[in-house]
Amino acid sequence: MIRQAVGKSVPRKETWEKVTGTAKYVDDISSPGLLHAKIAVSPHAHAKIKSIDLSEAWKIPGVRAVITGEYFPVLTGSPLADRPPIAMDTVRYYGEPVALVVADQEYIAEMASLRINVEYELLPVVHSPLEAYQQDAPIIHQHLAAYKRHEEVYPEPGTNIANRTKIRKGNMDEGWKNSDHTIEIRVTLPQSDHAAMELRCSKAEILPDGKVIIYSTSQSPYVIRRAISQSFQIPLHKVIVHTPLVGGSFGGKSAIQMEYLVFLASRAVGGRAVKLANSRELDMISSPVHIGLDARIKLGCTHEGNIVAAEILHLFDGGAYSDRGVVMSRAAAVDCTGPYRIDNVHCDSLCMYTNHPYSTSFRGFGHPELTLAIERAMDLLADQVHLDPLEIRSRNAIGPGDTTPTQTILDRSNVGDLPKCIAKLKTLIHWDDQPIKQIDGHLIKAKGICCFWKNSNTPTDAGAGAIVIFNPDGSVNLLCGAVEIGQGTRTALTQLLAERLRMDDRMIQISTGVNTETDPQHWKTVASRSMFLVGNAVLKAADDAIEQLKNTASIVLGFSPAELNVGGGRVYFKNRPDIGIEVEKLVSGYKFPNGNTIGGQVIGRGSYAMPNLTLLDPETGKGNPGPEWTVGAQAVEVELNTREYTYKIVKAATVMDAGKVINPEFARSQVTGGMSMGLSFASREAFLFDQSGSILNTQLRTYKLIRYGEQPEYLVDFIETPYLEGPYGLRGIGEHGVIGMPAALANSLSTAVGVAINQLPITPELIWRAVHDSV
Amino acid sequence: MPSYVPSSYPIGLQVNGEWRTIRVRAADTLLYVLRESLGLTGSKSGCDNGDCGTCTILVNGLPIKSCIMLAVEADGQHVTTIEGLIHSPVLQAFVQKQAFQCGYCTPGFIVNCHGLLSIHPDANEETIRIWLESNICRCMSYEEIHEAVKTVFTPKNAAKPTANGS
Amino acid sequence: MIPFDFEYYKPSSILEAVELFRHLLAQGKNPVYFSGGTEIITWARMNAIHPGAVIDLKSIPECNVMTFQENNLVIGSCVTLSVLSAVNPFPLLSETVIDAADQTARNKITIGGNICGKIYYREAVLPLLLTNSRIVIAGRRGMKEVSIHKVFFQQMRLESGEFLVQIITDRGYLSLPFVHFKKRQIGNVGYPLVTLAALKKDHQIRTAYSGVCAFPFRSIEIEQVLNDPALSREEKIEQAIVKLPAPVLTNAEGSADYRKFVLKQTMSEALSMLEGG
Repeated sequence: MIRQAVGKSVPRKETWEKVTGTAKYVDDISSPGLLHAKIAVSPHAHAKIKSIDLSEAWKIPGVRAVITGEYFPVLTGSPLADRPPIAMDTVRYYGEPVALVVADQEYIAEMASLRINVEYELLPVVHSPLEAYQQDAPIIHQHLAAYKRHEEVYPEPGTNIANRTKIRKGNMDEGWKNSDHTIEIRVTLPQSDHAAMELRCSKAEILPDGKVIIYSTSQSPYVIRRAISQSFQIPLHKVIVHTPLVGGSFGGKSAIQMEYLVFLASRAVGGRAVKLANSRELDMISSPVHIGLDARIKLGCTHEGNIVAAEILHLFDGGAYSDRGVVMSRAAAVDCTGPYRIDNVHCDSLCMYTNHPYSTSFRGFGHPELTLAIERAMDLLADQVHLDPLEIRSRNAIGPGDTTPTQTILDRSNVGDLPKCIAKLKTLIHWDDQPIKQIDGHLIKAKGICCFWKNSNTPTDAGAGAIVIFNPDGSVNLLCGAVEIGQGTRTALTQLLAERLRMDDRMIQISTGVNTETDPQHWKTVASRSMFLVGNAVLKAADDAIEQLKNTASIVLGFSPAELNVGGGRVYFKNRPDIGIEVEKLVSGYKFPNGNTIGGQVIGRGSYAMPNLTLLDPETGKGNPGPEWTVGAQAVEVELNTREYTYKIVKAATVMDAGKVINPEFARSQVTGGMSMGLSFASREAFLFDQSGSILNTQLRTYKLIRYGEQPEYLVDFIETPYLEGPYGLRGIGEHGVIGMPAALANSLSTAVGVAINQLPITPELIWRAVHDSV
Repeated sequence: MPSYVPSSYPIGLQVNGEWRTIRVRAADTLLYVLRESLGLTGSKSGCDNGDCGTCTILVNGLPIKSCIMLAVEADGQHVTTIEGLIHSPVLQAFVQKQAFQCGYCTPGFIVNCHGLLSIHPDANEETIRIWLESNICRCMSYEEIHEAVKTVFTPKNAAKPTANGS
Repeated sequence: MIPFDFEYYKPSSILEAVELFRHLLAQGKNPVYFSGGTEIITWARMNAIHPGAVIDLKSIPECNVMTFQENNLVIGSCVTLSVLSAVNPFPLLSETVIDAADQTARNKITIGGNICGKIYYREAVLPLLLTNSRIVIAGRRGMKEVSIHKVFFQQMRLESGEFLVQIITDRGYLSLPFVHFKKRQIGNVGYPLVTLAALKKDHQIRTAYSGVCAFPFRSIEIEQVLNDPALSREEKIEQAIVKLPAPVLTNAEGSADYRKFVLKQTMSEALSMLEGG
C-alpha cells in the first residue's frame, strides 16, 4: 500500500526543533571572536548632514571600527538604485543609518554608536503621499534621473514619483456614458510594520581569499548573493549565503538591507566575522516597513448593477527609498479593479517618495491595500444601486473569457472559480438567514464581505531548481532554495516529492536552512511562489530520478523502462507488480552477483522558470504579469458597542480557490494566520508621526498587535479548480488570507455604525471620530 | 556620564536542574546571559523591553520575561528554560496540534503555559487568556495555540480567574 | 542591551540600603533603588537614565511583607503585582493592578516600582489615594509614616536617598463598595486611555484617575461635584470634566478629545454602579 502524501496533514519536518528550543535562527549561531556592529540613526526625517564627529565613539575601549557613508559610497536597491546603505549627505527618514560601529562586545558597539555626534541642517518634511504629489512639494531625490534601473520602473525626475504604472483599457467616455450610477471614494491606510517576532539579524565574514560568507534572516538568500556581488564588485561565486530557519518575515525580510551594512562592517575590520542584530525599535523604523496607500476611485454602473467604468488613482506611501514599493504599486495597478469584469478602466498607480521609513514587500504585495479601496467602493456602489453587497459582487465576478486590467484573457485554469467561492461563503456565514445588521440595545452585530484576487507580479524570468538525492537505504534528500519562514513550504515540498516518487514522505529528508553554495537557486521565497516554482522543479527532479531508476532496473529486470513503474520502495513491472526490485538495490548503482556494477548514485535534477510572461506596455499596461490568480471571498462579523465604539470581531471567514490543497492543516493555518495579520493591522497598526516626522510608537508596547484571546471564530474553506501549470494543480495561498480582511472589517463596521469608514486603522477612536464628524 | 568600567559579579543559579556559576556584567539581562554565557538559545530576544514574551522563562516556577530581569537578580534562584521542559505535556500538545509556524514565539508560549499548568492545572479560559496574552505570535491566529492549550487543562467552570499561585 | 555599566548591591536591611545610597552618592555614582527593576531596565536600555549603581531592595524583609497588623493592611513595596492580586487582601487594588502590563510582567513588577515609576500612569496608586493610605518611607533620618497625600502629588515626592518601604491601609476601607475600569485604545494589554478607580464611603463617592492627564490624581473638587445631590448625573459629569487638574493627554493611545469622551462614559458607568444604596 503506497501512502498518499498530497492532501494529507503531515507534521512539519522541524517540529521537534521548534518545540524544544533547539531550532537555530541566525542570532542563535555564535562563534568565538565574533565582533558586533551597531548603527547610529538619524533623529530627523529630512536633513542635510553637515558634519559627523566620530572621535568620542573611538575613545571607548573595544571599538574596532567606526564608519560612515563615505567609507564605501554606493547606491543600492532594486529595481531603482536610490539608497545608500549608510546615509551620504542627506537623511531622508527618521531612523536612517548615519554611521556604524564595530566592537568586541555588543554593548560596547551600542555605547559607541550613542557617542557619534552628527550636525544636521533640517529640510522641509514630506509627510504623506498626497503632500508628495503636490506641484510645489519639496523634492526628496534630486538625482532621480541618474539612478540606475534594474527591472521595469518609470520614475519621473523633478517630482516625488518613484514609479508610475498606467492602465488604459477600453474607452472611458463610453464607460461613463453607459453609467447610470457613479460613486467616488477616497480610502487611506497608513504605513505600518511587518513586526515578525524574530528581529532582523545578519553576520558577515570575508575570508583571506576574498570569499564572503553571510548568514542572514532572509527570504532572498540568492538575491543577497547577487546584490553583494554587484554592489561591491565581488564575483558571484565568491559570495556564499546561509539562511537557517527564519522567525517570520511577511515580506519584510525579502529586502536586502542589513546584509550591506554587515558586509561593510566586516570589511572595515579586515574581514573578521561581525554580527549586526536589530533592536525591536530599529527593526520597526530603520529597516523597511509595510507600505501605505491613499486611493481615489470612481466607479460607474448600469441600473442593473453591471460595472462599466472604473477610474483609479493610487498614491502609495513608498517612504524615503523605493525598494519594492515601486513593484507593489505596479502590482496594485495590474489587479486594480478587484476580481470584477470591467471593460473601461483608467488607473494610475504611483509609488511616492515621502520622508517616511521606506517600504518593502508586505504579505499580499499591494493587494490588501488595493482591495480595501476597491471593496469599500463596491459597498458604496451596492448601497447606491440598492443591491445586496454579495449580489453586486456575484453579478460582476470575473471569470473565463473576461479580460483583466492588463488585458490578459482569462480561462478556468488561470483564474479559478470566484462565483463558487462567493456561493460557498454565502452559506458559510449564513448570509441569507440573518440580516446584515442586527441591533440589540447598544450592541450592533454586522457583517461585511469582500472578494479578492491576486497575481504574483514576479520578474518574468523567476525560477527555481531542485535536486533529489537517493541514499543507500532508499531514503531521499531534497535540496532546494525555498526558505522556511514558518509557512511550512519545505515540508510541503517533501509531500509533492513523496507523491511523485510514490514513497513514504517520512523517508524524505530536507534541511531546515538554505545554503547558496549547495542548494540550487530559487529566485526568492516570496509572492506565494515557492510551492509553484520549487514544486515544479521538484517534480522534474523526481521524474529525472525515476527515469534513472527505471533505466537501471530495465537492465536488471529485462523489461523496457516504459514497462516499469516506481512506487512503494520498488521498481516493478506494470503488468505484474510482484516482479520488481527494491529501490535500495538500485540507488547506488546495481551490483550483479559477479561484481559487475551498472549505473551510479541516483541524483535527480529539475528546474523551472515561468513561461509566457511579458512586461507591461508603459502607456497602456497591456501585458501578462503573472501565471495565475488566486481568487476568494471573505467576510467579517463584528459586534459594535455604540456607547464607546469598541467592537469585538466575532467571526472571520475565507473561501479561497486553492487549486489543490497539499497539506490541509498548513493551508488552514496559513490562511487564518494571514487573516489574523490583516485584522491586526486593519484594527490597530499604524506608525504615528509627529510634526517633525519622528515616529512615536517604536515599541510593541505602543505599537499594538492582536494578542491571544482576541481571536474570532475562524471559518475557512477551499475550493479546488486546478491551475494546469501548477504542481497537482495548486495555486499560491500563502499571502491571500490577509488580503480582504481590512476591507471586510471596514465594510462590517461601516454597516454597523451607519457611517463610511474609509481609513485604517479602525480603532474605536476612529469610529467615534467618523460618527462625531458626520453629525 | 555613564560608566564604561565593566562591573562584573559572580553568580550561582540552578538552571534546568543544574547548578551553574558564572560571572556576569551587572547590566546584563538574564536573557543575554542564558543565551550568550550558558548557550541556552531557546529563549529568544523579541523586544528586550518586556513587551512580547519570546524570552519567557520560569524563575522559581513563575513565568517571567528574562529580558526585564538582570542576571544578577537570578543569583541563588531556580531557573527553567524551554530546554528544561522536554517532558512537558504542553510541549506534546503543541506538537500534536502543530501549534506553531515560524517557531520563534513557541518556546515563550510553552514555558508560560507550562508555568500556568504547574500552578493552576484547572485554569479556566479567562485565566488562560490572562496569562497567555503576555506573549505575541505574529504568524498564527492563536487558534492552534488555543486548541493545544485546551487539551492540557482540566477546567473547573466555577474557578475564578487567578493571577498567581502564591 | 544596556549600553553602559553600573554596580549592583543587594542590602538585607533598611539601614544598610540607606547607608549604601549615601555612600554611593558621595562617590558620584548616581545610585538608584531597584525593586522589580523592569522600568529601570527599559529606561536604561533606551539610554534615558544612567545610574552608576543600583540598590536592589528585594532582600529587605520589611519590603516583602503582606500582612494585617491590628486594623491595618501592610504591604511591602517589593510585593509583585501578581502576588497582590492573587492573595487579594485589597480587592480594589487587586483589580487595578491586574490590568497593568501583562501577567508575566506583573510577576516581576512590584507595587513600589509601579508607584515610584517615571512612566506616568502609575495605576497602583489610585486605590491608595482613595483609601487615604499611609506610606512608610526610609531615609537618612530614619523611618517615617506619612499620608499618601503628603508624598504623592502627581508623582512620588521622595527626597534623595529615601525609598518606599511599605503601604498601610485601614482595614475598614477594604470591604467598601468599589468599581474599577480600565479603557484602552484597543485590546486587552496596554496603557490606559482612562483608568478610573472609585469607592463609596459614608454615602460619598471617591474617584481617582490615571491616563486622563499626564499623572494620576484624585480630586476633591471633582468628588464634590460628583456627590452634589442637586445635580443630575449628566450635570455632574459635565461639571467634573471642567475641574480636571491639567490638560487632557494626547499620545499614542488616543487624543484628548476622545479621552474626554471615554472619561465621561466611564464616569457615567461608575456613578450608575455606585450611586444609590
